[in-house]
Amino acid sequence: MKGSAALKKDVGTADSWRSFQPGDWTSSINVRDFIVRNVAPYSGDEQFLAPASQRTKAVWAKLQPYFAEERKKGVLAVDAKNPSTLLAHEAGYIDRDNEVIVGLQTDQPFKRAIFPFGGLRMVEAGLKAAGFEPDAQVHEAFTKYRKSHNDGVFDAYTPEIMNCRRSGIITGLPDAYGRGRIIGDYRRGALYGTDRLLEVKRQERAQIDDMWPSDEIIRQREELAEQIRALQDLAAMAKRYGFDITQPAMNAREAFQWTYFAYLGAIKEANGAAMSIGRISSFLDIFIERDLKEGTLDEFGAQELWDQLVQKLRIVRFLRTPDYDALFSGDPYWATECVGGMDLDGRALVTRSSYRMLHTLYNLGPAPEPNITVLWSNHMPQAFKRYCVKVSKDTSSLQYENDDLMRPFWGDDYAIACCVSAMRLGKQMQFFGARVNLAKALLYAINGGRDEVSGEQVAPKTMPVTGDFLDYDDVMAKFDTTMEWLAKTYVHAMNCIHYMHDKYFYERLEMALHDRDILRTMAFGIAGLSVVADSLSAIKYGKMRVTRDATGLIVDYQNEGNASTPQFGNNDDRVDQIASEIVTSFMEKIRKHPTYRNATHTQSVLTITSNVVYGKATGNTPDGRRKGEPFGPGANPMHGRDSHGWLASCLSVAKLPYKDAQDGISYTVSIAPQKAHLSEGQLIEEATKAFDMYFGRGGFHMNLNVIDRETLEDAIKNPDKYPQLTIRVSGYAVNFVRLTPEQQRDVISRTFHGQI
Amino acid sequence: MSTVQPLESGSRHDLRTGASPDAPDEDKFKDEEGAFGYCHSYESSSRYDGPGLRVVLFMSGCLLRCSYCHNPDTWHLKDGTYVSAEQVLKRLGDFAPSLRSVGGGLTISGGEAMVQLAFAKRIFAGAKAMGLHTAIETSGFLGDRADDSFLNVVDLILLDIKSSDPLTYRKVTGRDIAPTLRFAERLASIGKPVWVRFTLVPGATDDPANVEGIARFVAPMKNVEWVEVQPFHQMGSFKWKAIGLDYKHENTPPPTRELVNRVIGQFRDAGCNAR
Repeated sequence: MKGSAALKKDVGTADSWRSFQPGDWTSSINVRDFIVRNVAPYSGDEQFLAPASQRTKAVWAKLQPYFAEERKKGVLAVDAKNPSTLLAHEAGYIDRDNEVIVGLQTDQPFKRAIFPFGGLRMVEAGLKAAGFEPDAQVHEAFTKYRKSHNDGVFDAYTPEIMNCRRSGIITGLPDAYGRGRIIGDYRRGALYGTDRLLEVKRQERAQIDDMWPSDEIIRQREELAEQIRALQDLAAMAKRYGFDITQPAMNAREAFQWTYFAYLGAIKEANGAAMSIGRISSFLDIFIERDLKEGTLDEFGAQELWDQLVQKLRIVRFLRTPDYDALFSGDPYWATECVGGMDLDGRALVTRSSYRMLHTLYNLGPAPEPNITVLWSNHMPQAFKRYCVKVSKDTSSLQYENDDLMRPFWGDDYAIACCVSAMRLGKQMQFFGARVNLAKALLYAINGGRDEVSGEQVAPKTMPVTGDFLDYDDVMAKFDTTMEWLAKTYVHAMNCIHYMHDKYFYERLEMALHDRDILRTMAFGIAGLSVVADSLSAIKYGKMRVTRDATGLIVDYQNEGNASTPQFGNNDDRVDQIASEIVTSFMEKIRKHPTYRNATHTQSVLTITSNVVYGKATGNTPDGRRKGEPFGPGANPMHGRDSHGWLASCLSVAKLPYKDAQDGISYTVSIAPQKAHLSEGQLIEEATKAFDMYFGRGGFHMNLNVIDRETLEDAIKNPDKYPQLTIRVSGYAVNFVRLTPEQQRDVISRTFHGQI
Repeated sequence: MSTVQPLESGSRHDLRTGASPDAPDEDKFKDEEGAFGYCHSYESSSRYDGPGLRVVLFMSGCLLRCSYCHNPDTWHLKDGTYVSAEQVLKRLGDFAPSLRSVGGGLTISGGEAMVQLAFAKRIFAGAKAMGLHTAIETSGFLGDRADDSFLNVVDLILLDIKSSDPLTYRKVTGRDIAPTLRFAERLASIGKPVWVRFTLVPGATDDPANVEGIARFVAPMKNVEWVEVQPFHQMGSFKWKAIGLDYKHENTPPPTRELVNRVIGQFRDAGCNAR
């Protein structure tokens, strides 16, 4: 695989690259090539792992009071005066003597920064909610002199889009804050140093100077100029901490520090919902292996690097608003890190550092961040699979995604942004697009475009259902029309958002850690899939009588036919096929409309925690779900309806077509701790087989909890007893005690399977 | 006359009664064909009912009336849904590749599967043809009916021995213990793999002498791979109320950990592989 623009000179002999196998990576920016030539796959077990060092423990002890206070108070501190940039803040430390990896978002731990370039409203609402005063100067600058992304988007929105936003059929659009879901290839900082990266960026720029200045070329020139400034600022930021990152890292500690600086720069510059770190474990392992061989590092030192890096990743904080928290509950930021997977030659990319990363969950205790994602391949070494399952059982802090399914699409150097969005590192980014409420769309179809809650005409007026009973073919035809409209409006809104985001809140550093010419995807999403599938199944296999209110609006449904209509989550093709067809049908409708910067359309079946908010805004549905009740999260069956076991449930979800949901299909499973007559070892062995089976059948995602209802109920009553209780919700994990009461109830009401 | 119904999904704990009141009247007990039968429900992923991951089919119809039964809605044949064996096998086929890959299989429970012997046999044969491991959970009361051709399609018998004492057995189940013991001995003589299951009900089956009796009976049997002690629970109590039956165990607590350990200990001391 050829990398990006060629370097001027081969620096493979440089001291920092000593003993590495040279290759294409030495003459061009190509981290993937570096990894496959130098990685040391490990097929043994976890016996070699080391405990946390004294220094790690000291730093961790310093952080505990902050965590405790934050649980009580929420936001601890904010710098409301200085909009965050790479150089807005001086160096900050937790415990300077004991920190092996340094760097904070602001000058103090847990002090949050503001990002008014995304939108001033969001900043000021966040400040007020947290009990802080907005700053007058910032207010003046961003109302009088400087326009934000948020202002731009609302200049371009149409009344129709505004209506959709208000009614809740399209929600969570990144039109007021950073879009996120862009992963800089932070490893480039460590492998090449900023000087080399700057040199390549200047070449990339020079190559297009001769091109006729179309909109796209002018935009690219400006962006490259911004990227070059960002890399210079990144080096200046590192200098404040006493490091010269213009040159490649000389050893493992520097490689960790350089990589972290690059990530730190990104989170100083952008407040995206999801700020993933990528796939660093097996990359950094190469530096560790070299130090181990040279005798300059031992296993304790290696684990210390991981523990301390992870400590930093656990204290990333952004200032959010209450509205935002309702959508993405528990203060997540998706510092997603991928471990495992295979390379294209069939070798497992599992290294000792894959283990070390997971082991941080023991050394530091369970935690939601970083969002550790195992790229599960059935071909990975058994020992590693077993260790992953054990970690899940002990911590509920891992999620799993199907590498065998994604590798043919994205190669062997992709990572997951946010929860389930795969992208090739440094070569691909996405325009994040939240999701639409498909259940509401179905109700619009039935009601001729009127909102079932407000009665307002939101979608264009169409013929509503006129009889007393719903007819499947009639409803499907109407739903198809509504989805056509929704898809068009949705793409329209997304084009406005990302045009303005690029213009007013461009991620200059993250994009500086990409090639110039990249694949852009535009990631659409749907919520309420299982509600729609069950509703359509109820219409098809039952006999649904409708109830109208005084204005003729259909507000309720009564099944007068066969009571047990097929429900999604029971491996029943009669309804599973409906669900799959909806996914494909909406994707096809989305694809009809051209995107900003010619991005490739993708789609996710993912809700994060917005299944609660969406449910709240949606009336009674024909499946029997009552008005206001939460949807199933992501692609999950509705709570309690996947009534005969995990196998049937997961097989239904595994049928959803990844080719039409390339931005991911989220499936969260809660398993009560095993009460069967099996030893821990047998249990892990059996669960490993079950994972292989599920992913072998085409399952995309498994967000696994091993916990029982009683523990969660106790945690609601006694939150102080469970400071680190971690639970996976939908593509991410949260501290259970930091969820809103509503979200906690939702988690508890989900199906708990007896066994896996 | 009712037509064949769709096979109901769901767990053994779902109450289902009167699903096929007007089903064909011929007695399934005498059905030699086994093309149709009555089922309560099925679930897809049990790890309690045999090795690996199990699809468990609950048939209806049982001749015992155990006082602590958690599925009293499976006692009467026609409380189940009238389905064809073909339907059952088609549904099982949806799970077969997954079950094969994790080394799981099919377990038929109930009710008492041997009430519909030909129906059960047909399903087991179909499961074997799919390459699945097969198990039956049975009281053994109808063990005499299970001829060699039936046992040939069953890999494992989960044999519930509720008591060793004829009086206790009759008190708890309303039936004789002799057929069950006879069946157990026959299985031992042909070397058929068996897991003996013992439901531990405080105040009903927990007498040390009762446990001792089962342990001594089972210990010499080389074909018994496990003795599984199953603690009594109250998950079926709502069914008794819903059906309007007199439930004697309203106030029976689940056995304590200590009691369970004592009983497992008794089995182990006798030389059984108990858990």
